[in-house]
Amino acid sequence: MVKRGAGSGLFVLAVRTGAAIPCPESGQAVDSSAGDRSLGLNIAVLVKQVPSSEARIKVAADGRSIDPTDVEYVINPYDEYAIEAALQVKEKFGGEVVAIALGPQRVEEALRTCLALGADRAVSLRDSSFGDPALLERSSLARARVLAAAVRKLGSEVVFAGKVSIDEDNSATGVQVAELLGWPHVSVATRLEWVDAAHAKVSREIEGASEELEVALPALLTANKGLNEPRYPSLKGIMAAKKKPMDTWDAAALELDQAAVGAGAGRISIRSLEPPPARTAGQIWTGDAREMVTKVVAALKNDRKLI
Amino acid sequence: MSGILVFAEQREGKLKRSVLECLALARAVGAGAPVHAVLLGGGTASAALPAIASELGRHGASMVHLSDDASLAQPQAEGCVAQLAAACAAVGPELVLFSASAMGRDLAPRLAARLGAPFVSECLAFARSDGGYTARKAMYGGKVFANLEVAAADGGAPVVATIKPGAHSTSGAVEASGAPAAEDVTPLAVVATEVRARVTAVTQSGAAGVDLQEADIVVSGGRGLKGPEHFPLVEALAASLGAAVGASRAIVDAGWVPHHYQVGQTGVSVNPKLYIACGISGAIQHLAGMRSSGCIVAINKDPEAPIFKAADYGLVGDLFEILPLLTEEVRKVKESS
Repeated sequence: MVKRGAGSGLFVLAVRTGAAIPCPESGQAVDSSAGDRSLGLNIAVLVKQVPSSEARIKVAADGRSIDPTDVEYVINPYDEYAIEAALQVKEKFGGEVVAIALGPQRVEEALRTCLALGADRAVSLRDSSFGDPALLERSSLARARVLAAAVRKLGSEVVFAGKVSIDEDNSATGVQVAELLGWPHVSVATRLEWVDAAHAKVSREIEGASEELEVALPALLTANKGLNEPRYPSLKGIMAAKKKPMDTWDAAALELDQAAVGAGAGRISIRSLEPPPARTAGQIWTGDAREMVTKVVAALKNDRKLI
Repeated sequence: MSGILVFAEQREGKLKRSVLECLALARAVGAGAPVHAVLLGGGTASAALPAIASELGRHGASMVHLSDDASLAQPQAEGCVAQLAAACAAVGPELVLFSASAMGRDLAPRLAARLGAPFVSECLAFARSDGGYTARKAMYGGKVFANLEVAAADGGAPVVATIKPGAHSTSGAVEASGAPAAEDVTPLAVVATEVRARVTAVTQSGAAGVDLQEADIVVSGGRGLKGPEHFPLVEALAASLGAAVGASRAIVDAGWVPHHYQVGQTGVSVNPKLYIACGISGAIQHLAGMRSSGCIVAINKDPEAPIFKAADYGLVGDLFEILPLLTEEVRKVKESS
């Protein structure tokens, strides 16, 4: 269980640096409790529930969605690093971690896990309230608009998300939330070092190299594998999670209307989903290593022209 | 609204190869519509920018919008997105294409959110349709392929897309298509931007090998190697083939190799022409990330390993015996050709 208010008394009060950036889609009231700096940093983590990486995915009868039968839903693996990063910054500077998830009612299981890991409270954003759940599933921008509105209402100062969700594979929602908030972002973070409660040094991976960045809060970071070692929930944490608050916010609570959520984003539709093309049965050899190597080299060189 | 805008990604004065694929795709999709390239850079890359602009022209860009400024010497997302948004305002494109590279993934969704644009990512195929575009992409790490329809701009925001490297061939030469080869470079004024996430350094990773996502050949190792001290067997085979090196989740989690080696649903999805799996059993999340490879060779001592069901060629045997022999044979082939 995370120590509540670890390091209390040493809270850094001036968190926001630089001028406030006007947000093109803002104009909504901020949670009245958000301005109280004596509580430390106001931290949010965006969590998505996805089919487990071990799940077999079948296309549903409609040919445009997946069959949820026997699919185990888990916290998106990269979000686990985001949750851990959120808990660690709270342990360093104090404050509150709020876990936010958008989706059907089952996402509350994922949020309960976040509470067991040490998040202080959770916000469930029921997808059907914000528009067609299928649209929210396929359009990162529609999701980002809802999530950004929730972050704004919470008055968060730092937001963590996974670098990608392993279902839609867009690598987009977190970065888009940052844009809608008018915040800087650092994506695919593999190392995070806090200079103070308002500044961090972050490393991210690019092809064949790594980039070092310095970022000032408020900011959004997306987490890559390797950023940290996510903790497991303790029994005490699981028990405590049952008593922690979980709010459900709908479109009215966020002052969003469905047309605004879907604007532009609604131009994407799924025509069909298909299983991967079947692979024809290959040639499997056993026996003498040298003979097998001769056969495969000949096949790659002569038949396939690959070497 | 007309034309297609392509982000001409360069790093340290070198144009990314996959930008040429985006240009070829833009010409194919645009059917004669102007192709605009946005080229951003500064500092040490400045000197190389005119040559890159010419290269873009030769590959079918009808107009290169160039911002050469010290503030763009490092690829700051906030600065780059501001320049791209300015270019979109000037051109009014119907489509904006990025390569699905680290930089493309960083910039494209942010630009889409700024423009209120539909965003389609990691496209394996992208084509014009009656009402706009169709795109094909892998979902669930390659367990499902989605065919998407994206409605055309119709006076609204453009469509923003990232294209998987290798998804579109660059072979459609400009000369052959009759597109103008003459470059037309216009300066793109630098938008004053407060950069709050500032790149302070870029350091090359130790292994200056072939990039996993763009590689034509990938050689991956798994738990069958028994220990990290044997991973050089995989690296040696990869070196003989000029291949990128990958790994299974099991050995990444065990700490044998860094996580950016990981192939699979929670790592990198690859679709090389040739994939060689060494001592990898073929967990569902690994298969998802490599089964679209052109040709798959599996080496494993367990004949029941699931990887053999995906393999075009399977070698059931001891990889400690097979890998050195295979490396040696490949070297001989390379030397004789």
